Amino acid sequence: MDIALEAAIKTAIILFIVLTFLAYLVLFERKILGWIQLRVGPNRVGPWGLLQPLADLLKFIAKEDVTPNTPNKVLFALAPALALVPPLMALAVIPFGSTVELLGRKIALQITDINVGLLYVFALGSLEVYGIILAGWSSNSKYSLLGGLRSAAQMISYELALTLSVAGVLIQAGTLSLSEIVRVQSGYYFGVIPRWHVFWYQPLGFIIFFIAAVAETNRVPFDLPEAESELVAGYHTEYSSIKFAMFFVGEYAAMFVVSALATTLFLGGWTGPGAERVPLLGVLYFSLKTGFFLFVYIWLRGTLPRFRYDQLMQFGWKFLVPMAFVNIFISSALALWR
Amino acid sequence: MEQLFFIIFAGIALIGAVNLLLRRNPLYAALSLLTTMAALTGLYIMLKAYFIAVIQVMIYAGAIVVLFLFVIMLFNIRVVERQTDRRGYLKWLALPFAIILIGQFVYIARLFEGNPTPVGTEVGLTEMVGRKLFTAYLLPFEVTSILILAAIIGAVVLAQKE
Repeated sequence: MDIALEAAIKTAIILFIVLTFLAYLVLFERKILGWIQLRVGPNRVGPWGLLQPLADLLKFIAKEDVTPNTPNKVLFALAPALALVPPLMALAVIPFGSTVELLGRKIALQITDINVGLLYVFALGSLEVYGIILAGWSSNSKYSLLGGLRSAAQMISYELALTLSVAGVLIQAGTLSLSEIVRVQSGYYFGVIPRWHVFWYQPLGFIIFFIAAVAETNRVPFDLPEAESELVAGYHTEYSSIKFAMFFVGEYAAMFVVSALATTLFLGGWTGPGAERVPLLGVLYFSLKTGFFLFVYIWLRGTLPRFRYDQLMQFGWKFLVPMAFVNIFISSALALWR
Repeated sequence: MEQLFFIIFAGIALIGAVNLLLRRNPLYAALSLLTTMAALTGLYIMLKAYFIAVIQVMIYAGAIVVLFLFVIMLFNIRVVERQTDRRGYLKWLALPFAIILIGQFVYIARLFEGNPTPVGTEVGLTEMVGRKLFTAYLLPFEVTSILILAAIIGAVVLAQKE
């Protein structure tokens, strides 16, 4: 019962922090996009626009919730939840830091450390298709259906490259537990270069992982599911009010999970100078590394145009997947050699 | 506690399976299958077979049912519904097969006197599965991979015919 209580408290705290952060991530995105385009960005609501997320939330709640004329009202209501829940569930295995001592108890800064942590994240990732595909189908609109099918095809294609790119890390670390993978990466080579996987033998895997991750979360330049000029808004065309907000938050939560996973697998997670002794420093390192990836996401959105659909599929199947196989080959050879 | 969870998961799995058979709309049938798979995952986790549990979600929920949904959505569902096979003699075949199946079930159930003994918590771990797969069951594993490769090539050849 004690363990269950501890996990429940940790879940509540992490959900609160992450959801608040996601609301502000939207504000940061608009600010950064504004700076890239030589604008000011939102600055009307509160000082420096800091109350903007609150205003957005109120607006989402107050808006009319329109349900289109569809025979599948239950699925229509269920789809946003199916899009939001998997990325939030994936937070359970992300190691945010090492262990802290609180009230005489050792508490790991991770909700649970299951020994198939990485597979668990990918299993949840494969469930994310359902929200999109069911939203597209139950909306009873051709734009939604086409957007949903397109999105599902894209996610299935890039999921393959994403999963294969991680195989190299698994071969090197020899474990599926995320906290163990972080521990393997602690320490330095030659006293200066950290033993992160991105430097040691997995740079190719890292690049493939990040490209596939951008595609997997349907972000620019792979945001074909919501290509405005062709599909209005893709699978969530018919959604409004809080149901639309759930898709919105789901997308940002997926971005956060993928960034946190990239940090954990390739950038050494919470490790850094002094993180073993001062656990909160580890949390800071983790946040900075994850924040860097989120910044790159926004940067890409401000810089790159959208791919064409055939280019997207060609790139995924004919370049990324073979390169992931090459990476597995190299990693296995290195593992045998060492 | 454990019994309660078992009853919940087993109940969901059974309801999903029955619903799968009763639904006319193939989309809802596929979603019922998904429900059953999710409940089975819960049962695997209770058996401490984490690897199988996660793989169950990845393969069945993440790949196979998605494929079903694709097929259902891309074909016109109403046409498929009307063409449902209703040949009469199949109904009469069902009865003997059901009797055989129930007989097998009773026979297997009688093998267990009291509670079956647990095989140990180590068995479900990824490491153990991998070790067994690449030592004791290497030949079947490799043969299966050749079979899958043949199926992939077959699919590509069929798709390119046009």
